[in-house]
Amino acid sequence: MAGIELAGIAHRYHGNDAYSVNPLNQHWQDGGAYALLGPSGCGKTTLLNIISGLLSPTGGKVLFDGQDMTGLRTEQRNIAQVFQFPVVYDTLSVAENLAFPLRNRGLEKLEVSTRVKEVLTLLGMTGRGQQQASSLNADDKQKISLGRGLVRTDVNAILFDEPLTVIDPHLKWQLRTELKKIHRQFGHTMIYVTHDQIEALTFADQVVVMYEGSVVQIGTPQQLFDKPQHTFVGSFIGSPGMNIIRCGVDGSDAIIEGNRIPLHQSVTATGDGLELGIRPEHIQLSGSEGVSVEVTVVEDVGKHIVVRTRLAEQEIDVIVREGTAIPERVFLKFDAAKLNLYQDSFLLDSDP
Amino acid sequence: MKVHNNRAWLLVLPVLVLVAVSAIIPLMTVVNYSVQDSFGNNEFFWVGTEWFQEILASERFHNALQRTLLFSALILAIEIPLGISIALAMPRKGFGVSICLVLMALPLLIPWNVVGTIWQVFGRVDIGLLGYGLANLGVDYNYTQDTMDAWITLIVMDVWHWTSLVVLLCYSGLVAIPEVYYQAARIDGASRWAIFRYIQLPKMKRVLLIAVLLRFMDSFMIYTEPFVVTGGGPGNATTFLSIDLVQMAVGQFDLGPAAAMSLIYFLIILLLCWIFYTVMTSTTEQDATAAGERRHE
Repeated sequence: MAGIELAGIAHRYHGNDAYSVNPLNQHWQDGGAYALLGPSGCGKTTLLNIISGLLSPTGGKVLFDGQDMTGLRTEQRNIAQVFQFPVVYDTLSVAENLAFPLRNRGLEKLEVSTRVKEVLTLLGMTGRGQQQASSLNADDKQKISLGRGLVRTDVNAILFDEPLTVIDPHLKWQLRTELKKIHRQFGHTMIYVTHDQIEALTFADQVVVMYEGSVVQIGTPQQLFDKPQHTFVGSFIGSPGMNIIRCGVDGSDAIIEGNRIPLHQSVTATGDGLELGIRPEHIQLSGSEGVSVEVTVVEDVGKHIVVRTRLAEQEIDVIVREGTAIPERVFLKFDAAKLNLYQDSFLLDSDP
Repeated sequence: MKVHNNRAWLLVLPVLVLVAVSAIIPLMTVVNYSVQDSFGNNEFFWVGTEWFQEILASERFHNALQRTLLFSALILAIEIPLGISIALAMPRKGFGVSICLVLMALPLLIPWNVVGTIWQVFGRVDIGLLGYGLANLGVDYNYTQDTMDAWITLIVMDVWHWTSLVVLLCYSGLVAIPEVYYQAARIDGASRWAIFRYIQLPKMKRVLLIAVLLRFMDSFMIYTEPFVVTGGGPGNATTFLSIDLVQMAVGQFDLGPAAAMSLIYFLIILLLCWIFYTVMTSTTEQDATAAGERRHE
């Protein structure tokens, strides 16, 4: 196990002008469970492959516990990685598949079979070791791919690249819980790449959000929800995501389409590109006071109601409790303590 | 209950007529010849299985069969591993791919008798580049007189002509392997040999089956090239079943024995192909049944 340090890592794919991963510095603590969250194509898989050495970065250094690994091959980095699609060695049995990474490293027979037995139990596949791997279904194949990562006790880190994409939904929860248990038990450094916020938030202690090749925020699930550092984080996390409303500022008030909204603290912001961020959960409907809006759609999603409204050209989503009556003329009341002010997409930190 | 519409047969009819004219009728004619004797004047006499017994007991047939089996075995033993090695060495991307593919496809575009003629001339000691060159190097090489030289010439010629087919088939199998398998293998610390043994070879199994079947059938039925290069000689050293058959049917006009031999020849090919197919797909079927059983659990 090791702490992983990325120093100025950047990557540009051959023939591309733009960086897939912009120069970044990032420290992953030894034994931490991280999620790397972002939309498809934001560079998260690229970053993962740079850590494991499958890809050599255009610039920067990869350090494990302070040791420079940038020049080393994947095999020498002692990393386990599980991919999006299951990889099994078809001609080998389940047990032989699990033993494969150990045998390649020349471990003793007895140790190999002990480890394989342990991992089979861990995966809930005891007694199925002799089964041909090619005859397994996708779920079990992915379990084997996972198992090949877990079978090595001395790995520096285990990297997951959207490992549960092909897994049945009910099994997803089970496997994720299993992974958390394994993490607590063995304390591997784990980095889990996903574009699914639920997966990221339930798996990780720390979530790293990537957007267009840059890390835009690192934080606990709670921090990501309450204080998104970037409008992307706000709108990406939550369902529906945070409302991002263009606004102006005058003293301690934000001005949206002529309506004054008091901020909980005075902000000295001037210029263009100002936006107000507020979660749909933190807006209340009112029949008389607040900002007058026009309701466009009311969606009942079962556990609550999503009211989609419009203020001039801007859309604002509101979440209200099941059974709430929608008034004829709708006004919105914003919870002042939950307002976030952004300039050029980044949070203006008003906290002292 | 399902209603059967017999008019569907009308739609099958054109194909049926084509197959009948091109395959079934000629084949039945051969069957017809194989059980009769003829003394000319289109008079035929029923002889039953006499020709079959005669062919199966004849030393001439045994020798030709052994030669053909040996030839096919050597061809497979050389072309399959060589084809796999070349396919593995070929580039996966870049401009080299198209160059390699075109170079590989070239021998396949040359007609059989032209290939024969090329090598017939190439190997001649008096004017051929190969034969003359070898003679000047002091190598005693003459495919018209020496059995070994004749065999080597035919085998090298076939390897030159057909290895590309194996290469192209294997290459198609190799490029179809998703990149993630190689990535996983690097994570698992697999050696170059382990990658070949546990990823590339299993993934190539289906195309290899086709390659083995095609190369076996083609080499077992080889006629044109040895006919052009050696004419079956020196002596009978390169008289394979096909050459022997043509000598019997066209040279000696022994229709009955030739027909019987054709059928035996055909059945041997069928049998051997079935064996290859069964052996090479046996593991796949086991997997399939195992998967099926699991689904029914």
